[in-house]
Amino acid sequence: MADVTLTIDNKQVTVPAGTLVVDAAKRAGLDVPVFCYHPKLEPAGMCRMCLVEIGRPMLDRATGKPVLDEAGEAKIQFMPKLETACTNPVSEGMVVKTQLTSEKARAGQKGTVEFLLTSHPLDCPVCDKGGECALQDLTMAHGPGQSRFLFDEKQRLAKQLPLGELIWLDRERCIQCARCIRFQDDIAGESVLGFEERGRMMQIVSMSEPGFDSIFSGNTTDICPVGALTTSDFRFGARPWELNAAPSICAQCPVGCNLTFNTRREAKADGQIVIKRVMPRQNEQVNEIWMCDKGRFAYHYVESEKRLTRPLMRRDGKLAKVSWKAALDLAAEKLSEHKKNSVTLVSGRLSNEDLYNLNIFAGKTEAILYTDMGGGDLTSLVGVSDGTNIGDMGKGDAILVIASDLYNEAPIWWLRIKAAAERGATLIVAGGRAAKLDRFATFTIRYAYGDEIKTIEDLGGKSKIAEAFRKAENALIFYGSDGLGLAGSTSLAAACANLLKETNHIGRRNNGLVGVWPRVNDQGAWEMGFRPTADLAEALKGKAVYIVGADPAGDDPALAKALKSAKFVVVQDISMTATAELADVILPAQPHTERAGTFTSGERRVQRFYPVVPAFGESRPDFSITAQLARQMGIILEGSSLPIVFDFIAHSLPAFDGLNYDRLAEVTEQWPMVGRGDMYYGGTTYENKDGLGAHLSSAAQRGETFKLPAAKNVKPLRPKEGELLAVPVTQLYDLGNTVASAELLAQRIGAAAISLHPETAGKLGAADGETVKISWNGSQSEVRVRTDEGLAAGVALVPRSFGIALREPMTLTVKPAKKVK
Amino acid sequence: MAHILLRHRDIPNLNVFEVYKKNGGFEAFKNAVKTMKPEDVINAVKNSGLRGRGGAGFPTGMKWSFMDNKSWPHYVVANADESEPGTFKDREIMEQNPFQFLEGVALGSYAVGAHAAYIYLRGEFWQVAAFLDERIAEMEKAGLLGDKLFGTEYSLRIHTHLGAGAYICGEETALLESIEGKRGQPRVRPPFPPAVGLFGKPTVINNVETFANVPMILANGADWYKSIGTADSAGVKIFSLSGRVKKPGNYELPFGKTFRDLIYGEGGGILEDRPIKAIMPAGASSSFIVADDKALDTVLDYASVRTLGADLGSASVIVIDDTVSVEWVVNKTLHFFKHESCGKCTPCREGTYWMLNVIKRIEHNRQAEDVSMLYDVAKQMQGKCLCALGEFATMAVTTGIERFPADFGR
Repeated sequence: MADVTLTIDNKQVTVPAGTLVVDAAKRAGLDVPVFCYHPKLEPAGMCRMCLVEIGRPMLDRATGKPVLDEAGEAKIQFMPKLETACTNPVSEGMVVKTQLTSEKARAGQKGTVEFLLTSHPLDCPVCDKGGECALQDLTMAHGPGQSRFLFDEKQRLAKQLPLGELIWLDRERCIQCARCIRFQDDIAGESVLGFEERGRMMQIVSMSEPGFDSIFSGNTTDICPVGALTTSDFRFGARPWELNAAPSICAQCPVGCNLTFNTRREAKADGQIVIKRVMPRQNEQVNEIWMCDKGRFAYHYVESEKRLTRPLMRRDGKLAKVSWKAALDLAAEKLSEHKKNSVTLVSGRLSNEDLYNLNIFAGKTEAILYTDMGGGDLTSLVGVSDGTNIGDMGKGDAILVIASDLYNEAPIWWLRIKAAAERGATLIVAGGRAAKLDRFATFTIRYAYGDEIKTIEDLGGKSKIAEAFRKAENALIFYGSDGLGLAGSTSLAAACANLLKETNHIGRRNNGLVGVWPRVNDQGAWEMGFRPTADLAEALKGKAVYIVGADPAGDDPALAKALKSAKFVVVQDISMTATAELADVILPAQPHTERAGTFTSGERRVQRFYPVVPAFGESRPDFSITAQLARQMGIILEGSSLPIVFDFIAHSLPAFDGLNYDRLAEVTEQWPMVGRGDMYYGGTTYENKDGLGAHLSSAAQRGETFKLPAAKNVKPLRPKEGELLAVPVTQLYDLGNTVASAELLAQRIGAAAISLHPETAGKLGAADGETVKISWNGSQSEVRVRTDEGLAAGVALVPRSFGIALREPMTLTVKPAKKVK
Repeated sequence: MAHILLRHRDIPNLNVFEVYKKNGGFEAFKNAVKTMKPEDVINAVKNSGLRGRGGAGFPTGMKWSFMDNKSWPHYVVANADESEPGTFKDREIMEQNPFQFLEGVALGSYAVGAHAAYIYLRGEFWQVAAFLDERIAEMEKAGLLGDKLFGTEYSLRIHTHLGAGAYICGEETALLESIEGKRGQPRVRPPFPPAVGLFGKPTVINNVETFANVPMILANGADWYKSIGTADSAGVKIFSLSGRVKKPGNYELPFGKTFRDLIYGEGGGILEDRPIKAIMPAGASSSFIVADDKALDTVLDYASVRTLGADLGSASVIVIDDTVSVEWVVNKTLHFFKHESCGKCTPCREGTYWMLNVIKRIEHNRQAEDVSMLYDVAKQMQGKCLCALGEFATMAVTTGIERFPADFGR
């Protein structure tokens, strides 16, 4: 858009046409105070805080040219009333006088603050927002020193009202700015908040069941300009000024949201430094200023009672605490002894540096990535390229999501893809069941589970949808493992990669393949060279096994059985797991909150995380443990400096070429500007000064020649009479090791349940909520039934990480459970 | 002079379809659709000098010509929310002369190319809405509404929509929100409804009385209409007269009569022939006019009333005599506005609440500083609110204290 030049407080400013006066002022370094305005939301003009004087050049009616005064300057006609800076777009020659230069504006703003305070309880001393509160700050800056309103005439309202079990509302503190309602309506697309009553009685309410039923609810507490909305996790937890802030990356999913962890040393934790709160950290290319509730509330696993504090060794069949030296000596001895017959099993929970060291450590012995999703080698070839930003995508672009329930698997991608669709991008959602993203899709494709490859192949053919995808200027494909195991997802990745190549959607920014991985750094593990194996049980049987950051025994009894037959088992993890229970040696590691490192997101962005709290017990970082173990076995690895490990990575892998820790810590200016002294403007308290990360290059971007494998056609599994097709799916909140310890989320996690179409359930005589007995692959279990009209008949959804070991599509039989009297 | 809007007072049973038809009804609409271009209808209304009767007095034809012709479809909305305390004219039109109003809506729709029109009635008017629904059905049956009217390509349907008891829904953008099924709260303007209105499409919103004028203008010509009234304000206006007068009620007068004509002529003077003290010309939203001779002899049109420091508004004239304290009246208006403030913008939400608290204190234990405080709070609200409601809530307060200081013990 063309630029417009205007004058704000005698300062000339040039901004794109359409910019609001409040933002133009911000760009000029002038803060017009706001409450209801938020740069990510449509302006509402409600709070009347941003009142300024606005004048426009007087135009001659006949000629349309500006009228000039004696000095030859354009005559400015000021509006008789004060105007809201948040609703008025700039225009050429406009003159704005803010509170800095206009007594009238100053008086108007002062009046608004006084009005707001007439209903405010002024309970700052016990308010969680005190210290980082827009109302507090703006009252000090712009308000009257004294209120003329009689305190006794204040309206008394409910002060501790749960909107749901995660978010609380203090009705007296609310200033009715509607930021939370507008966030839910416009950004989250989950309209679960509203106003009831009117005038001074107007209140925020949530009518959903459960209350405030949104996975983005925590964001409303960030953007709430007062202490009206607080999280159950943080309320009454600490005063903001007591908190230290450490930049981090969320480890819950492959989006890699940038976070700030707040910590403080506290008496009730025996003088330890503990995490008090998690907040988004601005990265406009990753998570903007948002995060999901899983990221915000599930972090408690890092302080769980199950955390390993000291090395353990099996003595007389029991695990006993030993010194690091003893543990490492034994592990090294046994792993050396079985060197030709050993396996290293790792997961995407580890950092790039950990995985690099582990890969060198494994050397020529078998190195396996613990995952049921394939295709990471292809995302390295045709993954997204440098500069990719979903936030830039819109009209003319296309995004295809296949076999992924993004809402549950990667919520912030869901949010940003929804926004791209709303900006006009063609969104194609292909899945085996109805998904929340369907509502925003331009085209929805519903296939029978098993027909994923065919669906992609059809998109290479002739149809309206195929046409729309092919002709798009830029196109991304997000593929996942909804209803798929390793074989199916590997094949799907190949089909998607070929489609992207055929339609010339590779090697450029905003083009390429994205894997919706189950873990934060699966992509990094693939980049480091780890690959999954088709038959993991077979690979573990009778071997000396070094397992790092994975819990196969907890996920699948068959793998537990395989491990029991292993020659020697070394487990390196942060917590006690079912796998660790089987170990001969346990090495206590540190979660990402206790150490530094980097993760590679699904968009192949490498981002740094920093230590947040001191190490737990005697735990050590994984890369370091591996280096120590390696040294005992005669392999020299860097074990103390992460930047050096990273430099090794950058020198050995072309995708990392040119990257280093400094580069990852660089920050370029972001818009909107949030987290500065004027934190009220955007909502998150801290400015991101710690890095935006950097994209890995793809082989396609580097212009390398490569051959993509053809998609293997896996014959779709069609169940026989009396059977159901059981498919594994991901639920946002599950019983996995990194979620279950968050007591707050217990209600949202719920119990294990398989989902069936109501008709299918009806035929089996199972009503919604009833318990049934399921049998599959020689295993049996009792689970609840949940009915879901969005499913195809004959399909049973089995959630992952809920204790039902289903790692790929399978047939399943359901029988009513015996009624317990 | 025969009535133009309250024609039912001259013609019995005008709310019966056949009676209205026999008296030249629907001819203007039929003629317009069959022989006139939409812009000709707009021009006729423009040339007639008709100004909006909802209160703001904006030239109707000009408003219609602002419709964004790049964005379709267009909608027409009749504002029948009639909620201003002291206003009761639209109800009489809708109940007694409904077809003239509906024909006006139809003409307006044709003029701006709308194929759907909505009549937004306050919730308490549910009987009126039911009555209008029957009249609309009669018009549809007679081929006056529906598809391909009079053998042309033009189609039109009129729907009624009931509010749920909120004064704010008389504000045109809150009204649109309410029709859309949302909370009735005003929108930020601009954009104005002729650019972005109902369901985001260009929309004309006019008061019931405004629409009722249109068939007569089309039937008798713009010049005829312009010849009635004053240079500033053409035509006739219905005055809802209430308060301490002998004969309260609706009176249709051409612009140009005086307050004295209205109050002492039509209204029969003050009860018990007591002295008149004040006039509120626009219901609860009024500024108080000191009812001296100068005021009583002031001509009733938009410009002249403004010289008295007040607005004619919807012309709901409330007469106050020496038995009534202006402070008491202000107390009543503040109860009303505090109750009706929608809560969207800060000054109105907090200010009406605050002002009510202060006036209650004044009522029970008047202190000089309370009166100053009330005045200051009202002044602090003025010019800051999102819509007119908050501004109107202060009019009686500031003008009452300024013009009737004795009533506030000053």
